[in-house]
Amino acid sequence: MQLTVWTYEGPPHVGAMRVATGMRDLHYVLHAPQGDTYADLLFTMIERRDHRPPVTYTTFQARDLGKDTAELFKTAARDAYDRFQPQAMIVGSSCTAELIQDDPHGLSLTMGLPCPVIPLELPSYSRKENWGASETFYQIVRTLADKERKPLPAVGENGPRRPRANLLGPTALGFRHRDDVAEITRLLGDLGIDVNLVAPMGSSPADIAGIGEADFNICLYPEIAAQACSWLERTFRQKTVKTVPIGLLATREFVSEVCAVAGLPVPTDLDQGRMGWWSRSIDSTYLTGKRVFIFGDGTHAVAAARVASEELGFKVVGLGCYNREFAREVRAAAEKYGVEPLISDDYLAVEEAIEAAAPELVLGTQMERHIAKRLRLPCAVISAPVHVQDFPARHSPQMGFEGANVLFDTWVHPLVMGLEEHLLTMFREDFEFSDAAGPSHLGGHASSAPAAAASTAEPAGEVATIEQSAPATTEIGGWTSEALAELGKIPFFVRGKARRNTERYASEHGVTTITRDTLYEAKSHYAR
Amino acid sequence: MSSAGPASGCDAPPVGVDGILRERGQREVFCGLTGIIWLHRKIQDAFFLVVGSRTCAHLLQSAAGVMVFAEPRFGTAIIEEKDLAGLADANEELDRVVNRLLARRPDIKLLFLVGSCPSEVIKLDLSRAAQRLNSRFLPNVRVLNYSGSGIETTFTQGEDACLSALVPDLAFSSEKQLMIVGSLPDIVEDQLTRLLGDLGIGKVVSLPARKAGQMPGVGPNTKYLLAQPFLAETGTALDKRGAEHLPALFPFGAEGTTAWLHAAAQAFGVPEARFEQVIAGPRERARKGLALYREKLAGKRIFFMPDSQLEVPLARFLAGELGMELVEVGTPYLHKGHLIDELAALPPGTMISEGQDVDKQLDRVRAARPDLTVCGLGLANPLEKEGLSTKWAIELVFSPIHGYEQAGDLAELFSRPLHRRDLLRV
Repeated sequence: MQLTVWTYEGPPHVGAMRVATGMRDLHYVLHAPQGDTYADLLFTMIERRDHRPPVTYTTFQARDLGKDTAELFKTAARDAYDRFQPQAMIVGSSCTAELIQDDPHGLSLTMGLPCPVIPLELPSYSRKENWGASETFYQIVRTLADKERKPLPAVGENGPRRPRANLLGPTALGFRHRDDVAEITRLLGDLGIDVNLVAPMGSSPADIAGIGEADFNICLYPEIAAQACSWLERTFRQKTVKTVPIGLLATREFVSEVCAVAGLPVPTDLDQGRMGWWSRSIDSTYLTGKRVFIFGDGTHAVAAARVASEELGFKVVGLGCYNREFAREVRAAAEKYGVEPLISDDYLAVEEAIEAAAPELVLGTQMERHIAKRLRLPCAVISAPVHVQDFPARHSPQMGFEGANVLFDTWVHPLVMGLEEHLLTMFREDFEFSDAAGPSHLGGHASSAPAAAASTAEPAGEVATIEQSAPATTEIGGWTSEALAELGKIPFFVRGKARRNTERYASEHGVTTITRDTLYEAKSHYAR
Repeated sequence: MSSAGPASGCDAPPVGVDGILRERGQREVFCGLTGIIWLHRKIQDAFFLVVGSRTCAHLLQSAAGVMVFAEPRFGTAIIEEKDLAGLADANEELDRVVNRLLARRPDIKLLFLVGSCPSEVIKLDLSRAAQRLNSRFLPNVRVLNYSGSGIETTFTQGEDACLSALVPDLAFSSEKQLMIVGSLPDIVEDQLTRLLGDLGIGKVVSLPARKAGQMPGVGPNTKYLLAQPFLAETGTALDKRGAEHLPALFPFGAEGTTAWLHAAAQAFGVPEARFEQVIAGPRERARKGLALYREKLAGKRIFFMPDSQLEVPLARFLAGELGMELVEVGTPYLHKGHLIDELAALPPGTMISEGQDVDKQLDRVRAARPDLTVCGLGLANPLEKEGLSTKWAIELVFSPIHGYEQAGDLAELFSRPLHRRDLLRV
């Protein structure tokens, strides 16, 4: 058993729902008790979907268990077909139904339903949401792809045709999938490439049948599409574009890879957005070496680390992911940035790691946003799990050149800005520059009470009290009150780092009492 | 552990109202675990540990509006493959999890082990686990158990199961007292307690109390008022302890609140003149508050999808005090004993449905095109898209709506969607 407060991923059948809800004319019959219908609200509320997810739940109850839950499943499947007339159905069990072993697959085979029925085996007690989405998409593609349908000849009656690509991986409830697809479709258009199919999002089972008519596949979200792409590679000899175009450099590489696969020249006049210049411009100097902690799904975390390090000049001080399936990629990246990889879906472990790393910026999921709020650190969200705020009304992609622009804005805006940072440092004791005030451009946060639990950012009040009531020789945790007071003068967003460095310096140099001098010795020792 | 308790009363013929529609089909409702979202705030030193699956944990965090609290007083012990395969002893695993939890949270005085669909199906005996843990942790921490599983409980029945687990544990008290049963927002509980005190009813207690150590005693001189219509099992458990139920309308709206208080006044021999004198002021305020919304709501047609079991009393309030027309009043369960007065107060011929077949019920909504549909979060936006105004049912469980001072707020909750529809030009 695993003790969990918050979870990064839902159960695997929620992954299957994300695939089904993204598609059209597909219906999911899920053998599950009534409580599992909560999952509908993820789509209707978080993503503001205006239709119910195409899911029929059998909603069996305790009194059904002694009788015939299998019959209940068959009735539900038949009613769902009659009412919704889908082109294909997927059937499976949620965690509870898995235990009663009714075999939805076998049952649906005996029913003679007049559409393809795709059985899903999603082990609820060992797998999670992303795995469920990946497996579901793979099974759908495997079952429905028409192996006779191949790309048209490269040169037809009207001369050479444009290359065609499939965009694979976007689902319902994905982090910015809607906008990424629009952005990448536009970029491909600029390159002279047509989109054959976007799937699962927006496609019907009939569309999936024609998946083989593309010249190649673009694996936008490896968490969901990598397995299907590799099957398509084997079955249709379609090449897979694997570069995930998050960030300016990755997008450039994506363009090169796509052009190579499509047999097109790389255009020299592509509009690459403003991100590069914004980052080189002199105003951004203050971003240099900002310590950033990154956590999310594997793909987004690795991409964010590169953008942070190579495109904004931040220093990566923590990197991790919650989906074990991508641990290898995250470990490799962590090695590159010289940090210990954090592969964990334990929210409390992530919180501990962030607290210990004392970053100046957190790039994470909605969970890390809450952790950062508690630790009073600036934060931007880079990955699922999603929240209603991750579905903005405006176009806000993460991918492509516009995506890079968006990353610049959303990661830089939470930070204390350049000149303000200097003033805070110089006039630390100005009463209006108190820690509680926070960055002046983030008005909403100004009045937020200091979080008592945050050991890296204790309130100034505590320091002041010590200063008044205790003589300079009193030691608290090895610190003299004088040194503690000096520490309190350091702006809150770097105080954690100063404390940590000083304590490390003290322990490494055998200093038992930390004085004001120790603080400044450590500062010069660790000067960057 | 209770087994599908409220279902057992369903076969009896309807009381007071004819033609109740009973449906068995797909239900679009929460399970009883959802009650933890408000219960863990109500009892300030209690922790709710769900023994369940990843789905249970995901439900709790989704229903909680996605992570509103830094560290809530609930969590899930997620059953894993190795627990099922017998590679790990589920009971030992549970003990390990509880040890870790209580070490982290020394402030916890009451721990509920909450059963779920998977724990029920694999027959993990949480009452024995609670006994075992009690022998280790008492007197510092009391461990109780109940089931919030979706195969046995619907939404608010989780609170019923939780409170009925508390009842056998309450101390004996022979004192003459009035008990308010059902978790209310603190401010509402204080208002109602104050009013009952003003009537001259000596001792007024609440179940649940805000702290584990302050739970009320119970005995033959305890009379109790239900503040919520979904407390069937809790009522039975209190009856077994010798307490006496005071049947009444539920305290929604000016009239409902008056009737509820009046039941207590009569039982405690409060003179009518005193009663009138105490309630006249607040009742007048409530009526004034309601008048503001009557114009907006009178004659409007409302459809209740089954959700919280609050449907029947709220329908009575909306029809009786605000002049709304009831198209259909759906409820997951109809406890005819506790609702006898409510059912009698509904307009004759009101269409009541118990249980659900969601697609068929939505067909009825579309055919009737009511002015307002009260429904769960999974259905609201899809219905809005079809041009039908909706009210989230869950807000009725999370908002202060009981008593005189909240009567206007309760009406406002129903008028807001209509007001907004009139307001918007997009």
